[in-house]
Amino acid sequence: MRRYFGRKLLVYGLTFFVAVTINWMVPRFMPGDPVSSMVARTGASNPAAAETMRVYYTGLFGLDQPIWQQYFNFWATLFQGDFGISIWAFPTPVSEIILGAVPYTLALMIPAILLSWVVGNWFGAYAARRKALDNAVLPIGYILTAMPYMWLAVLLAWGLGVVAGLFPVAGGYSFSTRPNWSWDFFLDLLHHWTLPFASLFLAALGGWAIGMRNMIIYELESDYSNYLSALGAPQRLIRRYAFRNAVLPQITGLALQLGVLVAGALVTEIVFSYPGLGSLILKAIQNQDFFLLQGTFLFIVLGVLIANFIIDIVYVVVDPRTRAGMAGAQA
Amino acid sequence: MTALQEVPAQDAQAPAVVRREALHFALRNGKLVTGLAIVLFLLLLGLLGPVLIGGTPNAYGTRPMQPPSGEHWFGTTTFGQDVFTQFVHGLRTTFAVGALGGGIAAVIGMLVGFVAGYRGGLIDEALNMFTNIVLVIPTLAVLLIINAYLGVRSVGAQALFIGLTSWPWAARAIRAQTFSLRTRDFVDLARLSGANTWKIITREIAPNMSSYLFMTFILLFGGSILIASSLDFIGLGPTEGISLGLMLQNANQWSAMQLGLWWWFIPPGAGITAVVGALYVANVGLDEVFNPKLRET
Repeated sequence: MRRYFGRKLLVYGLTFFVAVTINWMVPRFMPGDPVSSMVARTGASNPAAAETMRVYYTGLFGLDQPIWQQYFNFWATLFQGDFGISIWAFPTPVSEIILGAVPYTLALMIPAILLSWVVGNWFGAYAARRKALDNAVLPIGYILTAMPYMWLAVLLAWGLGVVAGLFPVAGGYSFSTRPNWSWDFFLDLLHHWTLPFASLFLAALGGWAIGMRNMIIYELESDYSNYLSALGAPQRLIRRYAFRNAVLPQITGLALQLGVLVAGALVTEIVFSYPGLGSLILKAIQNQDFFLLQGTFLFIVLGVLIANFIIDIVYVVVDPRTRAGMAGAQA
Repeated sequence: MTALQEVPAQDAQAPAVVRREALHFALRNGKLVTGLAIVLFLLLLGLLGPVLIGGTPNAYGTRPMQPPSGEHWFGTTTFGQDVFTQFVHGLRTTFAVGALGGGIAAVIGMLVGFVAGYRGGLIDEALNMFTNIVLVIPTLAVLLIINAYLGVRSVGAQALFIGLTSWPWAARAIRAQTFSLRTRDFVDLARLSGANTWKIITREIAPNMSSYLFMTFILLFGGSILIASSLDFIGLGPTEGISLGLMLQNANQWSAMQLGLWWWFIPPGAGITAVVGALYVANVGLDEVFNPKLRET
């Protein structure tokens, strides 16, 4: 088990290293000059002012130093928790802006992912090998997985928000209120949270249902199922064993799907102007705020790595073979 | 229907009985036929539509915010752009991104998967580690950074970067398949007869999992389309031209929802869903054709 976690941690450590390196490399080696584009954006027509700004930005990026030193400086500032200053919300530090947005994203993602996983697995397991149900679950599942997250979000916002007027379609809370610790504000938050949550939940649901259905069919064809039914075991019992075995690949699948789910959450937030990381990214791109964009990138990578590690721990708890050091999950 | 029958017809010319059997089941598989029909219909619409309709997709018109009518099949945007013209041009871009991005990802996935699975040992360890690293990094986040710094973005560059980041799961799957094939007798025989690694992989291993490879490509194709549409929607789509994702982005940016212009945001999303969904369904059909265990009755 120590080897299993050791390998996992090595992969995650290397991944973080690669992510930071990408973050450092992209602005420096991409075609185009971010400094001149930033100077151009401020619209300084006076050449002397433009030159001053050019020197300022070059110093800020540390672009006047040798490459290897730039790289070490980048790591050094990172470990001090310094992600730079946002240009869009000057002069707020990037880390402060991101920390303000993270709770909204997490409040949206964690319930949506967990619930869609549980409900999807349940539906899939129930529908497998039950003709009538299967014929309903399968097409709906395929349509839901093929739908782009933002389109489902737009459809829900339009249908339930604009046309029916049941839910607000923009913001994390009403524009007339300020965040405070009152019961009314909490209800307001919940009201704004419902549609983005429902959208994420539904979009992810189909994939889990289909995956579980296929796994259950596979398990029901395996030797132990045939043996059990030959012994005359009740169908319920066989299905329960099949479910236990089928859940393991679904847990691994959850880890593999994290990137897609994060991407889905980001675009869903943009549709609903929900004040999480997705909306931050949109603002960063619209305002060419590269510090904010890069800071958000690192936060997302860090979040995905932590989530992966949690899933690894859950896997060890659920699958006894990994604990016994037998062949279970592969690193 | 003629176009439909052409694809399996190529297989039928091969003398192998297995192929003819596959064709027999392919033509009788409802999922495969329906899925392929939808994909081919949309592909033709994307290929021929822009030629037949003419006009530039982003040209401003004189009649803004028109609902669908005989003149404008899908209505017009706030700027008077014809939504149907944008739709057919967007379909073309969508297929291009899917084919290019999915193709690049499939090639990388196959290379890494075959080499890691066949060679094993240290090379496998190294490639496996590399695959796991790329697998864990959230793809869209990397694409955001890269595309944000690209001043001018083209469809080709978008597809290239999608292909470069979305191959890991395919590599893992192909590696596992290769692993199970490499100890078979015919592979040993080829090795004894002195064939080199490249030849064994292309002549012995790849043909024996060709159906699997094809299905992997289909899934990568659909995945590329979905990733590209997300990128477009965030505002990092191609700087020139139009795609289905860009249409959704425009609709969202100019509050089509609040203005009630449903014909602006329904067609592009429905187009993406139809292409990707039909591909997935056709894939399930293909699986049933190639794998007798899964066939119904």
